[in-house]
Amino acid sequence: MSNVAIVGTGHTKFGVRTDVNLQELTWEAVKQALEEANLEQKDIEMFVVGNAGGWSSEPLSAIAIGEYCNLAPKGTMRVEAACATGSAAIRIAYQAIKSGEAKVALVIGVEQMNQSPHPVAVEMMGRAGNYFWEFENFGLTFPGYYALYATRRMAKYGMKEEDLGSVAVKNHYYGSYNPYATFQKQIKMEDYLKSRVVAYPLKLYDACPITDGAAALILASEEVARKITDSPVWIVSQGFASGTINLSKREEFLTIDASRVATEEAYKRAKIDFSDAWRYFDVADVHDCFTIAEIMAYEDLGFAKRGEGHLMARNGETYIGGKIPVNVDGGLKAKGHPIGATGVSMAVSITRQLLYRAHKGTQADIRNGMGITHNVGGTGHYAYITIYSTRKPNA
Amino acid sequence: MGTLEIKEKQFNEIDKRVLEQIDQLIKIYGMPIMREPKTNNPLWVDVRDLTQRYVIPIGKIYKFFEYLNQGKLIGTKCPKCGTIYFPPQDDCTSCRLSGLTTVELSGEGELLTYTIITVKPLSFMHYQDYIVGIARLKEGINVLAWVNEDPKNIQVGMKVKLSVVKREPEGYITYELRKA
Repeated sequence: MSNVAIVGTGHTKFGVRTDVNLQELTWEAVKQALEEANLEQKDIEMFVVGNAGGWSSEPLSAIAIGEYCNLAPKGTMRVEAACATGSAAIRIAYQAIKSGEAKVALVIGVEQMNQSPHPVAVEMMGRAGNYFWEFENFGLTFPGYYALYATRRMAKYGMKEEDLGSVAVKNHYYGSYNPYATFQKQIKMEDYLKSRVVAYPLKLYDACPITDGAAALILASEEVARKITDSPVWIVSQGFASGTINLSKREEFLTIDASRVATEEAYKRAKIDFSDAWRYFDVADVHDCFTIAEIMAYEDLGFAKRGEGHLMARNGETYIGGKIPVNVDGGLKAKGHPIGATGVSMAVSITRQLLYRAHKGTQADIRNGMGITHNVGGTGHYAYITIYSTRKPNA
Repeated sequence: MGTLEIKEKQFNEIDKRVLEQIDQLIKIYGMPIMREPKTNNPLWVDVRDLTQRYVIPIGKIYKFFEYLNQGKLIGTKCPKCGTIYFPPQDDCTSCRLSGLTTVELSGEGELLTYTIITVKPLSFMHYQDYIVGIARLKEGINVLAWVNEDPKNIQVGMKVKLSVVKREPEGYITYELRKA
């Protein structure tokens, strides 16, 4: 079994990227990753494309991208795990290198959602639950699914509207320093409170935008990584899990069960103690498709006790200098959430953080050399937790 | 109003405008190319549209729809482990047993959570804002449905009753939650 290193990263500007098509957008990220790793296409043994698809016109996106980026005839596939698609793509390449099947693999995450009209995009996301029993008759939307969690938490744990707002304010604050972010504008609590309701109790400023963007990673075996870089970032472990398709089959609506299960698996492999997990990490990127999701992530990762995640937000403990900096790249909320790109984008952010290459105003203090990404697909339908370190894991 | 009339109304509002725009663009530029208002980026407006309408097999749980037609709501029950399934399913995949029995649901429960959908999906645009809730029934199972109540009267934990109703304007039979 080989250790797996990240040796190259690429990231495009997120936002409305109708200046390019899907393949052209992808190339921006792939080119950057190849240049960083100082590799050529011929050195790439396989490429995995994370693209949830449906929003954009090319059904065989991996092939369209392979041709455009000069990656054919290397083997590929399109993978899908809803909003965790990017992390699922990482998993395929990670396993290929870990097992020795490949020495160098390229991971691509891309989505161009603005190829579809917004009402269609809202429809498609609403369908991403149990289609027949929850959408056909009851027309849930994506904010609607997460709103069910927010309502319950308000009633059970006394979470306030302002607690959700403080997540939005923080992520917009850091987004303002990230040139790749969709929203590079800070917001005030009063802007948040005034924003229009999209699915009560969630407002427009609780939600991530419909986004276009791409990100890329080059993974290599230890043997290859040693030859091409002095500063690899290692993937220490990954945990993944799934939840019920029917939201109605969940128990409490206070936490994302799949995310907890995936976290426990990742921590066990990395020998991290759940109860004080925050001490191990210098920085975290968590899945804040909605502000409520970030609050639940604090608990599911063991950063806050059950029922206290919103207090962590309220007390500003996840700013740089706080207990643990979270989503200091702006998160999905401000950076944007191009579905298939998000997991890869999180990995790029954490890699650059650990190498002290984060954008000015967003760099966390790196003491332990460890970071974590928490990527949830659907409404807790998929969960992928990945742990990164500048120190080589014990193979 | 039936589904045809609803569709025609939606078609008039959205699709027709797009088709007119495509014709206009072709007339002016010789191709369906437009400028995105905000960015001025040139965009090719797809001339091939794709309308998707699935046909979903319901044969194994057909009883559910027969009961619904009689105003009754059922779940299915595994005779071996006693698990009640809602949504109904005919296979108990943990016991590997098929042909489950049916149980009529009490319809009585408490509201676990809810949301009010104000930004609606395209295919739900013709409804007023609606409330979606999840109730836990006495039997210990959860049901997701619209909550037909004034938002001011809704609270997490309140007693609710599940009943069979006609969904207008389509006029098809479904179920909803109300304050008990």
